[in-house]
Amino acid sequence: MSNTQQLQDFSTQVRRDILRMVHAVNSGHPGGSLGCTEFFTALYQQLLERKPGFNMDGIGEDLFFLSNGHISPVFYSVLARSGYFPVAELATFRKLNSRLQGHPTTHDGLPGVRMASGSLGQGMSVAIGAAQAKKLNGDKHLIYSLHGDGELQEGQNWEAIMYASAKKIDNLIATIDLNGQQIDGSTDDVLNLGNLKTKFEAFDWDVLEIKEGNNIDAIIKGMTEAKSRTGKGKPVCVLLHTVMGNGVDFMMHTHAWHGKAPNNEQLAVGLAQNAETLGDY
Amino acid sequence: MKKYTNTGSKDTRSGFGAGMTELGQKNENVVALCADLIGSLKFDEFKKNHPERFFQVGIAEANMIGIAAGLTIGGKIPFTGTFANFSTGRVYDQIRQSVAYSDKNVKICASHAGLTLGEDGATHQILEDIGLMKMLPGMTVINTCDYNQTKAATLALADHHGPAYLRFGRPVVPNFTPADEPFVIGKAIMLNEGTDVTIIATGHLVWEALLAAEALEAKGISAEVINIHTIKPLDDTAILKSVAKTGCVVTAEEHNFLGGLGESVARVLALNNPKPQEFVAVNDSFGESGTPEQLMEKYKLNNQAIVEAVERVIKRK
Repeated sequence: MSNTQQLQDFSTQVRRDILRMVHAVNSGHPGGSLGCTEFFTALYQQLLERKPGFNMDGIGEDLFFLSNGHISPVFYSVLARSGYFPVAELATFRKLNSRLQGHPTTHDGLPGVRMASGSLGQGMSVAIGAAQAKKLNGDKHLIYSLHGDGELQEGQNWEAIMYASAKKIDNLIATIDLNGQQIDGSTDDVLNLGNLKTKFEAFDWDVLEIKEGNNIDAIIKGMTEAKSRTGKGKPVCVLLHTVMGNGVDFMMHTHAWHGKAPNNEQLAVGLAQNAETLGDY
Repeated sequence: MKKYTNTGSKDTRSGFGAGMTELGQKNENVVALCADLIGSLKFDEFKKNHPERFFQVGIAEANMIGIAAGLTIGGKIPFTGTFANFSTGRVYDQIRQSVAYSDKNVKICASHAGLTLGEDGATHQILEDIGLMKMLPGMTVINTCDYNQTKAATLALADHHGPAYLRFGRPVVPNFTPADEPFVIGKAIMLNEGTDVTIIATGHLVWEALLAAEALEAKGISAEVINIHTIKPLDDTAILKSVAKTGCVVTAEEHNFLGGLGESVARVLALNNPKPQEFVAVNDSFGESGTPEQLMEKYKLNNQAIVEAVERVIKRK
Protein backbone atom coordinates (compact mmCIF):
# COMPACT_ATOMS: atom_id res chain seq x y z
CA MET A 1 0.00 0.00 0.00
CA SER A 2 1.31 3.38 -0.95
CA ASN A 3 0.48 6.76 0.52
CA THR A 4 -0.96 9.62 -1.46
CA GLN A 5 2.37 11.36 -1.96
CA GLN A 6 3.97 8.21 -3.32
CA LEU A 7 1.10 7.76 -5.76
CA GLN A 8 1.31 11.38 -6.84
CA ASP A 9 5.04 11.02 -7.42
CA PHE A 10 4.35 7.92 -9.47
CA SER A 11 1.78 9.83 -11.53
CA THR A 12 4.15 12.70 -12.11
CA GLN A 13 6.79 10.35 -13.42
CA VAL A 14 4.23 8.64 -15.66
CA ARG A 15 3.30 12.04 -17.11
CA ARG A 16 6.96 12.67 -17.90
CA ASP A 17 7.16 9.26 -19.58
CA ILE A 18 4.07 10.00 -21.69
CA LEU A 19 5.43 13.34 -22.88
CA ARG A 20 8.89 11.96 -23.64
CA MET A 21 7.60 8.84 -25.41
CA VAL A 22 5.25 10.77 -27.66
CA HIS A 23 7.79 13.50 -28.32
CA ALA A 24 10.53 11.02 -29.25
CA VAL A 25 8.56 9.61 -32.19
CA ASN A 26 6.51 12.74 -32.91
CA SER A 27 3.32 10.68 -32.74
CA GLY A 28 0.93 9.11 -30.28
CA HIS A 29 -1.86 10.25 -28.00
CA PRO A 30 -0.83 12.39 -25.02
CA GLY A 31 -4.20 14.01 -24.18
CA GLY A 32 -6.20 10.98 -23.06
CA SER A 33 -3.08 9.40 -21.58
CA LEU A 34 -2.43 12.36 -19.30
CA GLY A 35 -6.10 12.51 -18.34
CA CYS A 36 -6.04 8.90 -17.14
CA THR A 37 -2.65 8.94 -15.42
CA GLU A 38 -4.06 9.06 -11.90
CA PHE A 39 -6.57 6.32 -12.71
CA PHE A 40 -3.89 3.95 -14.03
CA THR A 41 -1.66 4.77 -11.09
CA ALA A 42 -4.39 4.02 -8.57
CA LEU A 43 -5.39 0.88 -10.45
CA TYR A 44 -1.96 -0.72 -10.73
CA GLN A 45 -0.38 0.65 -7.56
CA GLN A 46 -3.32 0.23 -5.23
CA LEU A 47 -6.52 -1.36 -6.49
CA LEU A 48 -5.73 -4.42 -8.59
CA GLU A 49 -5.01 -7.67 -6.80
CA ARG A 50 -2.13 -8.77 -8.97
CA LYS A 51 0.14 -11.77 -9.03
CA PRO A 52 3.84 -11.27 -9.66
CA GLY A 53 4.89 -11.90 -13.24
CA PHE A 54 2.50 -12.26 -16.13
CA ASN A 55 0.32 -15.15 -17.20
CA MET A 56 -2.17 -14.69 -20.02
CA ASP A 57 -4.91 -16.67 -18.28
CA GLY A 58 -4.62 -14.51 -15.16
CA ILE A 59 -6.24 -17.04 -12.88
CA GLY A 60 -6.37 -15.93 -9.23
CA GLU A 61 -5.83 -12.23 -9.91
CA ASP A 62 -7.76 -9.17 -11.03
CA LEU A 63 -7.48 -8.37 -14.73
CA PHE A 64 -7.58 -5.06 -16.59
CA PHE A 65 -8.59 -4.46 -20.20
CA LEU A 66 -7.92 -1.20 -22.03
CA SER A 67 -10.51 -0.69 -24.74
CA ASN A 68 -9.44 2.78 -25.92
CA GLY A 69 -6.03 1.50 -26.95
CA HIS A 70 -4.76 4.80 -28.27
CA ILE A 71 -3.89 5.87 -24.72
CA SER A 72 -1.14 3.27 -24.85
CA PRO A 73 1.52 5.68 -23.51
CA VAL A 74 -0.03 5.77 -20.03
CA PHE A 75 -0.70 2.01 -20.15
CA TYR A 76 2.89 1.19 -21.11
CA SER A 77 4.44 3.56 -18.60
CA VAL A 78 2.35 2.24 -15.72
CA LEU A 79 2.88 -1.40 -16.75
CA ALA A 80 6.64 -0.88 -16.93
CA ARG A 81 6.81 0.97 -13.63
CA SER A 82 4.62 -1.71 -12.05
CA GLY A 83 7.16 -4.35 -12.96
CA TYR A 84 5.75 -5.99 -16.08
CA PHE A 85 8.72 -5.15 -18.33
CA PRO A 86 11.88 -3.02 -18.13
CA VAL A 87 11.28 0.73 -17.86
CA ALA A 88 14.06 1.24 -20.41
CA GLU A 89 11.85 -0.41 -23.01
CA LEU A 90 9.61 2.67 -22.99
CA ALA A 91 12.25 4.21 -25.28
CA THR A 92 11.15 1.81 -28.04
CA PHE A 93 7.56 3.10 -28.14
CA ARG A 94 6.21 3.16 -31.72
CA LYS A 95 9.62 2.26 -33.16
CA LEU A 96 10.38 -0.55 -35.57
CA ASN A 97 10.67 -4.02 -33.97
CA SER A 98 9.25 -2.79 -30.65
CA ARG A 99 6.85 -4.65 -28.39
CA LEU A 100 5.34 -1.24 -27.61
CA GLN A 101 3.24 -0.83 -30.73
CA GLY A 102 1.29 2.35 -31.38
CA HIS A 103 -1.75 0.56 -30.04
CA PRO A 104 -1.41 -2.29 -27.51
CA THR A 105 -1.17 -5.83 -28.79
CA THR A 106 -0.55 -9.32 -27.50
CA HIS A 107 1.15 -10.09 -30.79
CA ASP A 108 4.67 -9.40 -29.60
CA GLY A 109 4.27 -10.89 -26.15
CA LEU A 110 4.37 -7.67 -24.14
CA PRO A 111 3.66 -8.68 -20.52
CA GLY A 112 0.57 -7.03 -19.07
CA VAL A 113 -1.41 -6.86 -22.32
CA ARG A 114 -4.15 -9.47 -22.78
CA MET A 115 -5.84 -8.21 -25.93
CA ALA A 116 -5.19 -5.92 -28.83
CA SER A 117 -7.11 -2.67 -28.84
CA GLY A 118 -7.14 0.36 -31.05
CA SER A 119 -10.08 -0.25 -33.29
CA LEU A 120 -12.60 1.13 -30.83
CA GLY A 121 -15.60 -0.41 -29.15
CA GLN A 122 -14.38 -3.98 -28.71
CA GLY A 123 -13.00 -4.02 -25.18
CA MET A 124 -16.20 -4.36 -23.22
CA SER A 125 -17.15 -7.57 -24.99
CA VAL A 126 -13.71 -9.04 -24.32
CA ALA A 127 -13.87 -7.96 -20.67
CA ILE A 128 -17.28 -9.62 -20.33
CA GLY A 129 -15.90 -12.84 -21.80
CA ALA A 130 -13.01 -12.78 -19.35
CA ALA A 131 -15.48 -12.14 -16.53
CA GLN A 132 -17.52 -15.17 -17.58
CA ALA A 133 -14.37 -17.29 -17.73
CA LYS A 134 -13.64 -16.22 -14.14
CA LYS A 135 -17.10 -17.34 -13.09
CA LEU A 136 -16.70 -20.70 -14.86
CA ASN A 137 -13.35 -21.15 -13.14
CA GLY A 138 -14.75 -20.28 -9.71
CA ASP A 139 -12.28 -17.41 -9.55
CA LYS A 140 -13.58 -14.62 -7.33
CA HIS A 141 -11.27 -11.95 -8.72
CA LEU A 142 -12.57 -9.02 -10.71
CA ILE A 143 -12.36 -7.69 -14.25
CA TYR A 144 -11.69 -3.97 -14.71
CA SER A 145 -11.97 -2.22 -18.05
CA LEU A 146 -11.51 1.32 -19.32
CA HIS A 147 -13.34 2.91 -22.24
CA GLY A 148 -13.26 6.35 -23.80
CA ASP A 149 -16.44 8.38 -23.73
CA GLY A 150 -16.32 9.04 -27.47
CA GLU A 151 -15.78 5.31 -27.91
CA LEU A 152 -19.32 4.72 -26.69
CA GLN A 153 -20.47 5.94 -30.09
CA GLU A 154 -19.49 2.48 -31.36
CA GLY A 155 -22.55 0.24 -31.39
CA GLN A 156 -20.83 -2.90 -30.16
CA ASN A 157 -20.60 -1.29 -26.72
CA TRP A 158 -24.36 -1.23 -26.45
CA GLU A 159 -24.63 -4.88 -27.43
CA ALA A 160 -22.20 -5.59 -24.62
CA ILE A 161 -23.90 -3.27 -22.13
CA MET A 162 -27.24 -4.97 -22.79
CA TYR A 163 -25.68 -8.41 -22.46
CA ALA A 164 -23.77 -7.70 -19.24
CA SER A 165 -26.86 -6.81 -17.23
CA ALA A 166 -29.07 -9.47 -18.80
CA LYS A 167 -26.50 -12.13 -17.91
CA LYS A 168 -25.71 -10.63 -14.49
CA ILE A 169 -22.01 -10.07 -15.11
CA ASP A 170 -21.43 -8.70 -11.63
CA ASN A 171 -17.67 -9.27 -11.47
CA LEU A 172 -16.97 -6.47 -13.93
CA ILE A 173 -16.20 -2.80 -13.24
CA ALA A 174 -16.25 -0.88 -16.52
CA THR A 175 -14.90 2.65 -16.19
CA ILE A 176 -15.72 5.35 -18.72
CA ASP A 177 -13.15 8.11 -19.16
CA LEU A 178 -15.46 11.11 -19.31
CA ASN A 179 -13.21 13.83 -20.65
CA GLY A 180 -15.79 15.14 -23.08
CA GLN A 181 -13.34 15.30 -25.99
CA GLN A 182 -12.70 13.32 -29.13
CA ILE A 183 -10.64 13.87 -32.27
CA ASP A 184 -12.93 16.27 -34.06
CA GLY A 185 -13.99 18.29 -31.02
CA SER A 186 -16.06 17.94 -27.89
CA THR A 187 -18.30 14.91 -27.61
CA ASP A 188 -21.22 17.33 -27.33
CA ASP A 189 -20.41 18.73 -30.74
CA VAL A 190 -19.43 15.54 -32.55
CA LEU A 191 -22.21 13.24 -31.39
CA ASN A 192 -23.78 14.12 -28.09
CA LEU A 193 -23.64 11.16 -25.70
CA GLY A 194 -26.57 12.41 -23.68
CA ASN A 195 -26.84 11.43 -20.05
CA LEU A 196 -24.59 8.39 -19.72
CA LYS A 197 -25.62 7.77 -16.12
CA THR A 198 -29.28 7.36 -17.02
CA LYS A 199 -28.36 5.41 -20.15
CA PHE A 200 -26.34 2.84 -18.18
CA GLU A 201 -29.02 2.73 -15.50
CA ALA A 202 -31.65 2.14 -18.14
CA PHE A 203 -29.57 -0.86 -19.19
CA ASP A 204 -29.74 -1.99 -15.55
CA TRP A 205 -26.16 -1.32 -14.54
CA ASP A 206 -25.09 -0.07 -11.12
CA VAL A 207 -23.54 3.33 -11.88
CA LEU A 208 -21.18 5.45 -9.75
CA GLU A 209 -19.55 8.74 -10.59
CA ILE A 210 -16.09 9.91 -9.64
CA LYS A 211 -16.33 13.65 -10.07
CA GLU A 212 -12.64 14.30 -9.42
CA GLY A 213 -11.13 11.77 -11.79
CA ASN A 214 -7.69 13.30 -11.55
CA ASN A 215 -7.58 13.17 -7.77
CA ILE A 216 -5.94 9.95 -6.61
CA ASP A 217 -7.70 9.84 -3.25
CA ALA A 218 -11.06 10.40 -4.92
CA ILE A 219 -10.32 7.65 -7.46
CA ILE A 220 -9.33 5.15 -4.76
CA LYS A 221 -12.39 6.02 -2.70
CA GLY A 222 -14.72 5.74 -5.70
CA MET A 223 -13.22 2.56 -7.07
CA THR A 224 -13.25 0.96 -3.61
CA GLU A 225 -16.94 1.76 -3.45
CA ALA A 226 -17.37 0.28 -6.94
CA LYS A 227 -15.62 -2.89 -5.81
CA SER A 228 -18.01 -3.16 -2.86
CA ARG A 229 -20.92 -3.16 -5.29
CA THR A 230 -19.68 -6.16 -7.28
CA GLY A 231 -21.17 -9.58 -6.68
CA LYS A 232 -24.68 -8.20 -6.33
CA GLY A 233 -26.17 -9.29 -9.63
CA LYS A 234 -25.36 -6.19 -11.68
CA PRO A 235 -22.38 -5.02 -13.71
CA VAL A 236 -20.80 -1.87 -12.28
CA CYS A 237 -20.07 1.26 -14.32
CA VAL A 238 -17.84 4.06 -13.08
CA LEU A 239 -18.18 7.43 -14.79
CA LEU A 240 -14.75 8.94 -14.28
CA HIS A 241 -14.73 12.69 -14.89
CA THR A 242 -11.25 13.57 -16.10
CA VAL A 243 -9.51 16.49 -17.75
CA MET A 244 -7.85 15.61 -21.02
CA GLY A 245 -4.18 16.58 -20.94
CA ASN A 246 -4.19 16.86 -17.15
CA GLY A 247 -0.95 18.07 -15.58
CA VAL A 248 0.36 19.95 -18.60
CA ASP A 249 -1.37 23.30 -18.62
CA PHE A 250 -1.44 24.03 -22.34
CA MET A 251 -2.80 20.54 -23.13
CA MET A 252 -5.73 20.73 -20.71
CA HIS A 253 -9.42 21.15 -21.53
CA THR A 254 -9.02 20.73 -25.28
CA HIS A 255 -9.19 18.01 -27.91
CA ALA A 256 -6.18 19.56 -29.66
CA TRP A 257 -3.72 17.17 -28.00
CA HIS A 258 -5.73 14.01 -28.56
CA GLY A 259 -3.24 12.68 -31.05
CA LYS A 260 -0.51 15.28 -31.39
CA ALA A 261 3.04 15.26 -30.05
CA PRO A 262 4.68 18.27 -28.40
CA ASN A 263 7.65 19.93 -30.08
CA ASN A 264 10.94 20.54 -28.24
CA GLU A 265 9.83 23.74 -26.56
CA GLN A 266 6.44 22.35 -25.58
CA LEU A 267 8.12 19.24 -24.18
CA ALA A 268 10.39 21.41 -22.04
CA VAL A 269 7.40 23.30 -20.66
CA GLY A 270 5.52 20.09 -19.93
CA LEU A 271 8.49 18.48 -18.20
CA ALA A 272 9.11 21.61 -16.15
CA GLN A 273 5.57 21.25 -14.80
CA ASN A 274 6.25 17.63 -13.85
CA ALA A 275 9.57 17.29 -12.07
CA GLU A 276 11.36 13.94 -12.23
CA THR A 277 10.43 11.75 -9.26
CA LEU A 278 11.32 8.11 -9.93
CA GLY A 279 13.98 8.59 -12.60
CA ASP A 280 13.43 9.00 -16.35
CA TYR A 281 13.80 5.94 -18.56
CA MET B 1 -12.48 -45.66 -60.20
CA LYS B 2 -12.65 -46.05 -56.46
CA LYS B 3 -16.23 -46.32 -55.26
CA TYR B 4 -17.63 -44.16 -52.50
CA THR B 5 -20.85 -45.05 -50.78
CA ASN B 6 -23.31 -42.58 -49.44
CA THR B 7 -24.08 -44.03 -46.04
CA GLY B 8 -27.11 -41.78 -45.66
CA SER B 9 -27.46 -38.15 -46.65
CA LYS B 10 -27.30 -35.60 -43.83
CA ASP B 11 -26.57 -31.91 -43.42
CA THR B 12 -23.04 -30.88 -42.53
CA ARG B 13 -24.35 -28.63 -39.76
CA SER B 14 -25.66 -31.71 -37.97
CA GLY B 15 -22.12 -33.06 -38.09
CA PHE B 16 -21.04 -29.90 -36.30
CA GLY B 17 -23.81 -30.37 -33.74
CA ALA B 18 -22.77 -33.97 -33.14
CA GLY B 19 -19.16 -32.87 -32.76
CA MET B 20 -20.15 -30.25 -30.21
CA THR B 21 -22.20 -32.79 -28.26
CA GLU B 22 -19.18 -35.08 -28.07
CA LEU B 23 -16.80 -32.26 -27.20
CA GLY B 24 -19.09 -31.16 -24.41
CA GLN B 25 -18.65 -34.53 -22.78
CA LYS B 26 -14.93 -34.90 -23.52
CA ASN B 27 -13.50 -31.47 -22.86
CA GLU B 28 -14.76 -29.33 -20.00
CA ASN B 29 -12.96 -26.26 -21.34
CA VAL B 30 -15.09 -26.22 -24.49
CA VAL B 31 -17.76 -23.52 -24.38
CA ALA B 32 -20.29 -22.55 -27.04
CA LEU B 33 -21.75 -19.20 -28.02
CA CYS B 34 -24.70 -18.62 -30.30
CA ALA B 35 -26.43 -15.52 -31.72
CA ASP B 36 -30.07 -16.61 -31.70
CA LEU B 37 -29.65 -19.61 -34.02
CA ILE B 38 -29.50 -22.61 -31.70
CA GLY B 39 -31.65 -24.82 -33.89
CA SER B 40 -29.94 -23.84 -37.12
CA LEU B 41 -26.50 -24.57 -35.68
CA LYS B 42 -27.64 -27.80 -33.97
CA PHE B 43 -26.53 -26.59 -30.55
CA ASP B 44 -29.59 -28.09 -28.78
CA GLU B 45 -27.82 -31.07 -27.21
CA PHE B 46 -24.80 -29.08 -26.06
CA LYS B 47 -27.07 -26.46 -24.51
CA LYS B 48 -29.20 -29.10 -22.78
CA ASN B 49 -26.21 -31.04 -21.44
CA HIS B 50 -24.04 -28.07 -20.44
CA PRO B 51 -26.18 -24.99 -19.82
CA GLU B 52 -23.39 -23.37 -17.78
CA ARG B 53 -21.03 -23.60 -20.75
CA PHE B 54 -23.51 -22.35 -23.32
CA PHE B 55 -23.85 -18.61 -23.95
CA GLN B 56 -26.87 -17.27 -25.80
CA VAL B 57 -25.80 -13.75 -26.82
CA GLY B 58 -28.84 -12.73 -28.80
CA ILE B 59 -28.68 -11.04 -32.18
CA ALA B 60 -25.36 -9.36 -31.47
CA GLU B 61 -22.58 -11.05 -33.39
CA ALA B 62 -19.90 -8.43 -32.74
CA ASN B 63 -20.40 -8.85 -29.01
CA MET B 64 -20.33 -12.63 -29.43
CA ILE B 65 -16.91 -12.56 -31.08
CA GLY B 66 -15.52 -10.28 -28.38
CA ILE B 67 -16.93 -12.39 -25.56
CA ALA B 68 -15.44 -15.48 -27.17
CA ALA B 69 -12.04 -13.78 -27.27
CA GLY B 70 -12.38 -12.88 -23.60
CA LEU B 71 -13.39 -16.41 -22.62
CA THR B 72 -10.07 -17.74 -23.89
CA ILE B 73 -8.41 -15.70 -21.13
CA GLY B 74 -8.83 -18.24 -18.39
CA GLY B 75 -8.36 -21.25 -20.63
CA LYS B 76 -11.75 -21.74 -22.25
CA ILE B 77 -12.04 -22.96 -25.85
CA PRO B 78 -14.97 -21.04 -27.34
CA PHE B 79 -16.88 -22.22 -30.41
CA THR B 80 -19.10 -19.47 -31.84
CA GLY B 81 -22.00 -20.38 -34.07
CA THR B 82 -24.12 -18.42 -36.50
CA PHE B 83 -24.64 -18.19 -40.26
CA ALA B 84 -21.49 -17.76 -42.32
CA ASN B 85 -22.40 -14.24 -43.38
CA PHE B 86 -22.84 -13.07 -39.80
CA SER B 87 -19.78 -15.07 -38.70
CA THR B 88 -17.43 -13.22 -41.02
CA GLY B 89 -18.52 -10.20 -43.04
CA ARG B 90 -20.55 -8.67 -40.25
CA VAL B 91 -17.79 -9.03 -37.67
CA TYR B 92 -14.63 -8.81 -39.70
CA ASP B 93 -12.93 -6.17 -37.58
CA GLN B 94 -13.86 -7.91 -34.34
CA ILE B 95 -12.29 -11.12 -35.65
CA ARG B 96 -9.29 -9.24 -37.00
CA GLN B 97 -8.41 -7.37 -33.81
CA SER B 98 -9.88 -9.31 -30.89
CA VAL B 99 -9.29 -12.83 -32.26
CA ALA B 100 -6.67 -13.04 -35.00
CA TYR B 101 -4.30 -10.20 -34.05
CA SER B 102 -4.79 -11.04 -30.36
CA ASP B 103 -4.03 -14.72 -31.15
CA LYS B 104 -7.06 -15.98 -29.28
CA ASN B 105 -8.07 -19.63 -29.38
CA VAL B 106 -11.53 -18.98 -30.81
CA LYS B 107 -13.27 -21.35 -33.23
CA ILE B 108 -15.61 -19.45 -35.54
CA CYS B 109 -18.13 -22.00 -36.76
CA ALA B 110 -20.32 -20.98 -39.66
CA SER B 111 -23.36 -22.69 -41.07
CA HIS B 112 -25.48 -21.84 -44.12
CA ALA B 113 -22.44 -20.89 -46.18
CA GLY B 114 -22.80 -20.31 -49.89
CA LEU B 115 -25.65 -20.65 -52.36
CA THR B 116 -27.05 -23.86 -50.85
CA LEU B 117 -28.67 -21.83 -48.11
CA GLY B 118 -31.29 -21.47 -50.81
CA GLU B 119 -34.47 -19.47 -50.69
CA ASP B 120 -33.35 -16.78 -48.22
CA GLY B 121 -31.35 -15.26 -51.03
CA ALA B 122 -28.19 -13.19 -51.37
CA THR B 123 -28.38 -11.30 -48.06
CA HIS B 124 -27.62 -14.59 -46.36
CA GLN B 125 -25.62 -16.44 -49.03
CA ILE B 126 -22.09 -15.32 -48.37
CA LEU B 127 -19.67 -16.26 -51.15
CA GLU B 128 -16.74 -14.20 -49.88
CA ASP B 129 -16.10 -15.70 -46.44
CA ILE B 130 -13.23 -18.01 -47.35
CA GLY B 131 -11.38 -15.06 -48.82
CA LEU B 132 -12.08 -12.85 -45.83
CA MET B 133 -10.88 -15.46 -43.38
CA LYS B 134 -7.85 -16.74 -45.26
CA MET B 135 -6.44 -13.23 -45.51
CA LEU B 136 -6.15 -12.98 -41.73
CA PRO B 137 -2.64 -13.92 -40.54
CA GLY B 138 -2.67 -17.02 -38.36
CA MET B 139 -6.25 -18.01 -39.20
CA THR B 140 -6.90 -21.65 -40.05
CA VAL B 141 -9.68 -22.03 -42.66
CA ILE B 142 -11.63 -25.27 -43.04
CA ASN B 143 -14.56 -26.11 -45.34
CA THR B 144 -15.92 -29.60 -44.81
CA CYS B 145 -17.70 -31.80 -47.33
CA ASP B 146 -20.11 -34.01 -45.39
CA TYR B 147 -21.54 -34.93 -42.00
CA ASN B 148 -18.74 -37.21 -40.86
CA GLN B 149 -15.98 -34.86 -41.95
CA THR B 150 -17.66 -31.91 -40.25
CA LYS B 151 -17.98 -33.83 -37.01
CA ALA B 152 -14.35 -34.93 -37.18
CA ALA B 153 -13.18 -31.39 -37.96
CA THR B 154 -15.12 -30.02 -34.99
CA LEU B 155 -13.41 -32.49 -32.69
CA ALA B 156 -10.00 -31.78 -34.20
CA LEU B 157 -10.35 -28.03 -33.70
CA ALA B 158 -10.64 -28.40 -29.93
CA ASP B 159 -7.14 -29.91 -29.91
CA HIS B 160 -5.72 -27.28 -32.22
CA HIS B 161 -4.49 -24.10 -30.54
CA GLY B 162 -5.21 -20.93 -32.46
CA PRO B 163 -7.97 -19.05 -34.25
CA ALA B 164 -9.90 -21.08 -36.80
CA TYR B 165 -12.82 -20.73 -39.19
CA LEU B 166 -14.99 -23.79 -39.80
CA ARG B 167 -17.41 -23.49 -42.73
CA PHE B 168 -20.32 -25.82 -43.37
CA GLY B 169 -23.84 -25.67 -44.70
CA ARG B 170 -27.54 -26.21 -44.55
CA PRO B 171 -28.49 -28.75 -47.24
CA VAL B 172 -28.71 -32.49 -46.84
CA VAL B 173 -25.85 -33.98 -48.86
CA PRO B 174 -24.32 -37.44 -49.27
CA ASN B 175 -22.28 -38.65 -46.32
CA PHE B 176 -19.36 -40.72 -47.60
CA THR B 177 -16.37 -39.91 -45.37
CA PRO B 178 -15.69 -42.97 -43.18
CA ALA B 179 -16.92 -42.27 -39.65
CA ASP B 180 -13.56 -43.29 -38.21
CA GLU B 181 -11.41 -41.27 -40.59
CA PRO B 182 -9.20 -38.97 -38.51
CA PHE B 183 -9.29 -35.30 -39.42
CA VAL B 184 -5.81 -33.90 -39.92
CA ILE B 185 -5.83 -30.10 -40.27
CA GLY B 186 -3.90 -29.05 -43.36
CA LYS B 187 -3.74 -32.52 -44.88
CA ALA B 188 -5.48 -33.11 -48.20
CA ILE B 189 -7.36 -36.36 -48.79
CA MET B 190 -6.75 -38.32 -51.98
CA LEU B 191 -10.17 -39.61 -53.00
CA ASN B 192 -9.37 -41.04 -56.41
CA GLU B 193 -6.11 -41.49 -58.24
CA GLY B 194 -6.04 -40.53 -61.90
CA THR B 195 -3.67 -39.42 -64.63
CA ASP B 196 -5.34 -36.89 -66.95
CA VAL B 197 -6.55 -34.10 -64.69
CA THR B 198 -6.55 -33.12 -61.01
CA ILE B 199 -9.88 -32.03 -59.57
CA ILE B 200 -9.38 -30.17 -56.30
CA ALA B 201 -12.66 -29.64 -54.49
CA THR B 202 -13.82 -28.36 -51.13
CA GLY B 203 -17.09 -28.45 -49.19
CA HIS B 204 -20.26 -29.48 -51.00
CA LEU B 205 -18.38 -29.65 -54.30
CA VAL B 206 -16.38 -32.72 -53.21
CA TRP B 207 -19.24 -35.16 -53.82
CA GLU B 208 -19.95 -33.40 -57.11
CA ALA B 209 -16.30 -33.92 -58.03
CA LEU B 210 -16.66 -37.64 -57.40
CA LEU B 211 -19.75 -37.76 -59.60
CA ALA B 212 -17.85 -35.82 -62.27
CA ALA B 213 -14.95 -38.25 -62.10
CA GLU B 214 -17.32 -41.15 -62.73
CA ALA B 215 -18.80 -39.36 -65.73
CA LEU B 216 -15.34 -38.56 -67.02
CA GLU B 217 -14.26 -42.18 -66.64
CA ALA B 218 -17.10 -43.15 -68.94
CA LYS B 219 -15.64 -40.69 -71.45
CA GLY B 220 -12.18 -42.22 -71.10
CA ILE B 221 -10.73 -39.44 -68.94
CA SER B 222 -8.90 -40.45 -65.79
CA ALA B 223 -9.50 -37.82 -63.10
CA GLU B 224 -7.62 -37.54 -59.83
CA VAL B 225 -9.88 -36.16 -57.09
CA ILE B 226 -8.50 -34.40 -54.04
CA ASN B 227 -10.61 -33.29 -51.09
CA ILE B 228 -9.14 -30.06 -49.72
CA HIS B 229 -10.94 -29.50 -46.45
CA THR B 230 -8.28 -27.11 -45.15
CA ILE B 231 -7.87 -24.10 -47.39
CA LYS B 232 -5.37 -22.54 -45.03
CA PRO B 233 -2.80 -23.88 -44.39
CA LEU B 234 -3.03 -25.39 -47.86
CA ASP B 235 -1.49 -28.81 -48.55
CA ASP B 236 0.88 -27.55 -51.25
CA THR B 237 2.72 -30.87 -51.37
CA ALA B 238 -0.33 -32.92 -52.25
CA ILE B 239 -1.38 -30.44 -54.93
CA LEU B 240 2.03 -30.25 -56.57
CA LYS B 241 2.53 -34.01 -56.49
CA SER B 242 -0.77 -34.56 -58.26
CA VAL B 243 -0.32 -31.83 -60.84
CA ALA B 244 3.17 -33.06 -61.67
CA LYS B 245 1.43 -36.24 -62.80
CA THR B 246 -1.73 -34.88 -64.47
CA GLY B 247 -0.52 -31.54 -65.85
CA CYS B 248 -3.78 -29.60 -65.32
CA VAL B 249 -6.22 -28.63 -62.60
CA VAL B 250 -9.88 -27.90 -62.01
CA THR B 251 -10.75 -26.32 -58.66
CA ALA B 252 -14.33 -26.51 -57.38
CA GLU B 253 -15.89 -24.56 -54.54
CA GLU B 254 -19.13 -22.91 -53.44
CA HIS B 255 -17.55 -19.46 -53.28
CA ASN B 256 -16.61 -16.50 -55.42
CA PHE B 257 -13.64 -17.41 -57.62
CA LEU B 258 -12.05 -14.25 -56.19
CA GLY B 259 -10.44 -15.12 -52.89
CA GLY B 260 -11.41 -18.75 -52.76
CA LEU B 261 -9.70 -22.14 -52.90
CA GLY B 262 -9.02 -21.74 -56.63
CA GLU B 263 -6.89 -18.66 -56.15
CA SER B 264 -4.93 -20.35 -53.37
CA VAL B 265 -4.23 -23.29 -55.68
CA ALA B 266 -3.31 -20.94 -58.53
CA ARG B 267 -0.72 -19.29 -56.32
CA VAL B 268 0.89 -22.61 -55.48
CA LEU B 269 1.03 -23.52 -59.15
CA ALA B 270 2.32 -20.12 -60.25
CA LEU B 271 5.17 -20.29 -57.75
CA ASN B 272 6.15 -23.89 -58.38
CA ASN B 273 4.78 -25.45 -61.52
CA PRO B 274 2.52 -23.29 -63.70
CA LYS B 275 -0.16 -25.42 -65.40
CA PRO B 276 -3.58 -24.75 -66.93
CA GLN B 277 -6.35 -24.31 -64.35
CA GLU B 278 -10.12 -23.87 -64.65
CA PHE B 279 -12.31 -22.54 -61.86
CA VAL B 280 -15.66 -23.98 -60.88
CA ALA B 281 -16.83 -21.16 -58.64
CA VAL B 282 -19.23 -18.24 -58.59
CA ASN B 283 -18.29 -15.68 -61.22
CA ASP B 284 -17.98 -12.59 -59.02
CA SER B 285 -21.68 -12.16 -58.35
CA PHE B 286 -24.19 -12.34 -55.53
CA GLY B 287 -26.60 -15.25 -55.28
CA GLU B 288 -30.40 -15.15 -55.31
CA SER B 289 -33.46 -17.05 -54.07
CA GLY B 290 -34.10 -20.57 -55.32
CA THR B 291 -33.71 -24.16 -54.26
CA PRO B 292 -30.14 -25.29 -53.60
CA GLU B 293 -30.24 -27.55 -56.66
CA GLN B 294 -31.55 -24.79 -58.91
CA LEU B 295 -28.92 -22.39 -57.68
CA MET B 296 -26.03 -24.82 -58.01
CA GLU B 297 -27.13 -25.50 -61.58
CA LYS B 298 -27.68 -21.85 -62.53
CA TYR B 299 -24.34 -20.76 -61.06
CA LYS B 300 -22.56 -23.81 -62.55
CA LEU B 301 -21.44 -25.42 -59.32
CA ASN B 302 -22.37 -29.06 -59.95
CA ASN B 303 -20.86 -32.20 -61.42
CA GLN B 304 -21.80 -31.23 -64.98
CA ALA B 305 -19.98 -27.94 -64.58
CA ILE B 306 -16.91 -29.81 -63.32
CA VAL B 307 -16.99 -32.17 -66.31
CA GLU B 308 -17.18 -29.19 -68.69
CA ALA B 309 -14.30 -27.47 -66.89
CA VAL B 310 -12.21 -30.65 -67.15
CA GLU B 311 -12.84 -30.85 -70.87
CA ARG B 312 -11.77 -27.22 -71.25
CA VAL B 313 -8.61 -27.56 -69.18
CA ILE B 314 -7.42 -30.73 -70.87
CA LYS B 315 -7.52 -28.93 -74.21
CA ARG B 316 -5.21 -26.29 -72.77
CA LYS B 317 -2.51 -28.77 -71.76
